[in-house]
Amino acid sequence: MTLNLHIWRQEGPDRPGKLVPYKAEDVNRDMSLLEMLDVVNQDLIKRGEDPIEFDSDCREGICGMCSLVINGVAHGPLNGTATCQLHMRHYRDGDSITIEPWRSQAFPVVRDLVTDRSSFDRIVQAGGYISINTGNAPEANALPISKVDADLAMDAAACIGCGACVAACPNASASLFTAAKISQFASLPQGQPERSERALRMVDQMDEEGFGNCSNHGECEAVCPKEISISTIASMKRDYVKAALTV
Amino acid sequence: MLLDAKIPDGPIEQKWDNRKSELKLVNPANKRRYNVIVVGTGLAGASAAASLAEMGYNVQSFCIQDSPRRAHSIAAQGGINAAKNYPNDGDSIWRLFYDTVKGGDYRSREANVYRLAQLSNNIIDQCVAQGVPFARDYGGLLANRSFGGAQVSRTFYARGQTGQQLLLGAYSALMRQVDAGRVDLHSRFEMLDVVVDEGKARGIVGRNLVTGEIERYVGDAVILATGGYGAVFFLSTNAVNSNVTAAWRAHKRGACFANPCYTQIHPTCIPVSGDHQSKLTLMSESLRNDGRVWVPKEKGDKRPPDQIPEDERDYYLERRYPSFGNLVPRDVASRNAKAVCDEGRGVGQTGLSVYLDFADAIDRMGEQVIRERYGNLFEMYERITGENPYSGPMRIYPAVHYTMGGLWVDYNLMSTIPGLFVLGEANFSDHGANRLGASALMQGLCDGYFVIPYAIGDYLAGHSFSELDTRADAFEASHREVESRLDALLAVNGDKTVGNYHKELGLLMWEYVGMERSEEGLTKVLSEIPALREEFWQNVKVPGANSHFNKNLEMAGRVADFLELGELMARDALERSESCGGHFRAESQTEEGEALRKDDEFSFVSAWEFNGVGETPTLHQEPLEFQNVKLTQRSYK
Ligand SMILES: Cc1cc2nc3c(=O)[nH]c(=O)nc-3n(C[C@H](O)[C@H](O)[C@H](O)COP(=O)(O)OP(=O)(O)OC[C@H]3O[C@@H](n4cnc5c(N)ncnc54)[C@H](O)[C@@H]3O)c2cc1C
Repeated sequence: MTLNLHIWRQEGPDRPGKLVPYKAEDVNRDMSLLEMLDVVNQDLIKRGEDPIEFDSDCREGICGMCSLVINGVAHGPLNGTATCQLHMRHYRDGDSITIEPWRSQAFPVVRDLVTDRSSFDRIVQAGGYISINTGNAPEANALPISKVDADLAMDAAACIGCGACVAACPNASASLFTAAKISQFASLPQGQPERSERALRMVDQMDEEGFGNCSNHGECEAVCPKEISISTIASMKRDYVKAALTV
Repeated sequence: MLLDAKIPDGPIEQKWDNRKSELKLVNPANKRRYNVIVVGTGLAGASAAASLAEMGYNVQSFCIQDSPRRAHSIAAQGGINAAKNYPNDGDSIWRLFYDTVKGGDYRSREANVYRLAQLSNNIIDQCVAQGVPFARDYGGLLANRSFGGAQVSRTFYARGQTGQQLLLGAYSALMRQVDAGRVDLHSRFEMLDVVVDEGKARGIVGRNLVTGEIERYVGDAVILATGGYGAVFFLSTNAVNSNVTAAWRAHKRGACFANPCYTQIHPTCIPVSGDHQSKLTLMSESLRNDGRVWVPKEKGDKRPPDQIPEDERDYYLERRYPSFGNLVPRDVASRNAKAVCDEGRGVGQTGLSVYLDFADAIDRMGEQVIRERYGNLFEMYERITGENPYSGPMRIYPAVHYTMGGLWVDYNLMSTIPGLFVLGEANFSDHGANRLGASALMQGLCDGYFVIPYAIGDYLAGHSFSELDTRADAFEASHREVESRLDALLAVNGDKTVGNYHKELGLLMWEYVGMERSEEGLTKVLSEIPALREEFWQNVKVPGANSHFNKNLEMAGRVADFLELGELMARDALERSESCGGHFRAESQTEEGEALRKDDEFSFVSAWEFNGVGETPTLHQEPLEFQNVKLTQRSYK
C-alpha cells in the first residue's frame, strides 16, 4: 500500500518545526509503524536528505523509548499498545498518517520526533525508591505480603515511563506516571516508612518540572500502553493531602 | 600475556569467603576520594553504580538511552533463579551450581559459578526489600516456577516482566544515589574509548548523543556493564541500540575477548515476516510445555495447517527425542528447526518457520486453561502476526538471543587491563558455552550488587594513582582517535546505508557463524567479512553531521565494530573444532547428531588478544579444571 505521511521535522529545541509530507510506497501490512519509518529513512538517506529522527529501542513494548503521536493520539489507535507494537495492517492504502513528537513544556524536542524526558528521572529521584542499601535486606520471605497487595503493586509497577500520559493530557500532567510509582510502594509494607515524604516530594517535583495538574480528563489512562488505572491518581492525591496536613 | 584467573584457595564452598577475607579495604573516609566510572545501566551497571555510591564512592554513570531505566535488561520476561528452595523440592546452592556448570557444557569456571549460586539468595532478599513486586501465592509468600527444563522450581518472576521489575528496582536505588549527590548521571552518551594511562584504565572518551560533542571523563577505575553483542547478527532479540562498541574499543586497548563464538539461539521466536524486519521477538519457552512442534512430512507442502492430516505431519522433536520430546534444550530445538526448514519443509510464506501447535492441549484441557497459562503470549503473538493462535498453530523460528562470550575477566571481574572491570552479559564469566534460562538476570545482579563492591576496594586500596586530568596526553590521543573515526565515517559518502551493511553482515553471521558451523563455511566467511568491512569503509553513506543528534552516525560506528567482531567470532569458532553448548561444529557430532565435546583438547577458555584490524589475533588459553563436577556427555534421547 501507499501512505501519505505528514511528519514533524525540527532541527533542534530552539528551532521552528513543521509538518513535512512524505510518501511511503510499497508498505507491507506486516511491518510495524517504526519499520515503515525505517524504510522511509533508507530512501531519504539514499537521496541525500536527512533521515527522520525518532526514538526506539527494544521494539517489543517494554522499554518505553518509542514515543510518537499518531494522528493526534499518543502511541496511535490501538489500546494498550506502544508505538513499536503498532503494525501497518491497521491501515489502508491511501491513508494519511500524521506523526508528531510528545508535546509538553517538560519534554523539550531534541530533534524531529525525539524529546528529552529527563524530567521523569528527576521525579523518581525525589523519593521514587525505598531506602535500603545493598546487603541490608532481611530474608525475602520474612515478610508475607498478601497476593492482593502484591498484584496491586505489580499493576502500578508495570508503567514503562514512556510519557504518553503527559502527551495525551490537556494539562500535560505527569500525574499517572508519578502516581503509578507512588501507589506501587503504597501497596507494599516496604513502602510505608517513607510513604508521606515520598508523596510530597514526588508531587512537588512534578510541579517544579512544569507538568500541569490533574483535572480528571482521563486521557492518560486511555492511551497508557500498560493500561495503568487512573485510580492510582486518586490514591496519590489522598497520600499527598494527608502528608501535607501532617507536616 | 599470562592469564591469571586469581581463583581463591580452599574448598569450593569457602572460596568466596576466603577471598573476601583477604581483600584489601578502603577506609570509609577515603572512599569519597575515589572516582568510579560505570558504563551501562542495565541490571549489572545500575546495581553496581548504586551499591558503590552507597558505600561512599563518587560514581559517574553512563548510558545510551534517554534514561537509565531503558537498558535492555528491561525486556527480560521469564524470571530469575535462586537457590532458596522455598518449594522444598530438593534445590540447594550445590544443585544450582551443578546445573549451571552442566548447562554450560563444562566450559565455565567452577569457582565463579559456585559464587553465583551462593549469592543468588541475597539477590532475592535485596530485590524484595526494594519493593520489587514478585509473584506471590495466596499465603503471601514468594511464588516459584520451573523454567527452561530445570527439575526444580527455583525461578522467581514478576508476571512476564521480571527484567523490567528488577531493573526498576536497581534504577530506583541508582536514582536514590543521584538524589543523595553521589552519582552523576550521563544519559544519551556513548562511550567510544577507554583511556589507559601508565597501564591502568583511567577514564573514558565518548560522544554526547544530543550535541555530538566528544567528552572526556577521568576516574580511578572503569566498569563496563554494556550488555551482549547479539546484534552482530542484525536480527536478534536484542534492542536496536544493543552493541559491542564499548567492549570492542576496550579490546582494542588491550582487554582480551573470551569465547566470542559462544552465542545462544532461542528456539521460540516470532518468525521473520519480510525484508523490512528490524528485530525479532522472543516468546517464553514455557510455550513448549504444552505446544507440539511439527512440519509437513512432504517438502513444499503449502496446504494450510488444518488441511494437513495427522499422518502427514512430522512431530520431529517427539520422533527424534522420545524421552524429552518438545522440551529438549534450546540449542537442540533450534538446530532441528533450521534443519527441517533447510530440507524445504518449513512453513509460512518464507518457508522459514515451524508450527507450534496447541490444538491437542486445548482439546485436553480446554481453551480456558491455555488462556490462563499463556494468554499474554498468545496476545503478543496475535498483535505482531495478525494470526490467532487459538484457532490455528503458531509459527516459530529460532533467533539469536544471548552471547555467553565477552571480555575476559578474572575471579574479581577485572579484565586484562588493570582497573577495567566488566560485569553482566558483557563479560564471559559464568555461563560457559550455553546459558540456562533465568540465569542472566541472576548473574548481572550478582556482579553488580555483591561482587564488584568487594573487588573494587581491593584494587583501589592496592594501587596508587597519579594525578590525572582530562588534558593529559592519554586523553588527548584518545579524543583525536575517536574524532577522526567519526569524521572518517561521515566522509565516505558512498551509496549504501549503514542498515544495508548491518543486514549483509547479519546474513553472513547467521549462515556461517549461526546455529551450525563448519570448517568450510567458517573459512569462507573469514574472507567475506573482511571484504565486506573494506567495502563498508569505501562505500557507506552516513547522513548529516557530527554536531547534532544523529542515529545513523551512532549506528555506523557500531556496525563498523561489528564488522571487526564478526571476524573474531568466526576465527574463534574455527579454532574450536569441537561442539559444545551453543557452539555446534558440523564435524564434531555423535552418530545421533548430537554435539560432541572434546574435553581433552578444548577444556579451556579462549582469550583473544587484539593485534590490529585485519591482523591475526593471539590466542591465550585459560585451562579449565573441574574438581567438583564430573564431565558427562549430554543425551536427550
Ligand atoms: C528478550 C529477552 C528476554 C530475556 N529473558 C531473560 C530471562 O527471563 N531471564 C534471564 O535471566 N535473562 C533473560 N535475558 C537475558 C538478560 O536480559 C540479559 O542478559 C541481561 O539483562 C543483560 O544485562 P546487562 O546489565 O549486562 O546489560 P544491558 O541490560 O543490555 O545494559 C547495557 C547497558 O549498557 C549501556 N551501553 C552499552 N554500550 C554503551 C556505550 N558504548 N556507552 C554507554 N553506554 C552503553 C546501555 O545503554 C545499557 O544501559 C533476556 C534477554 C532478552 C533479549
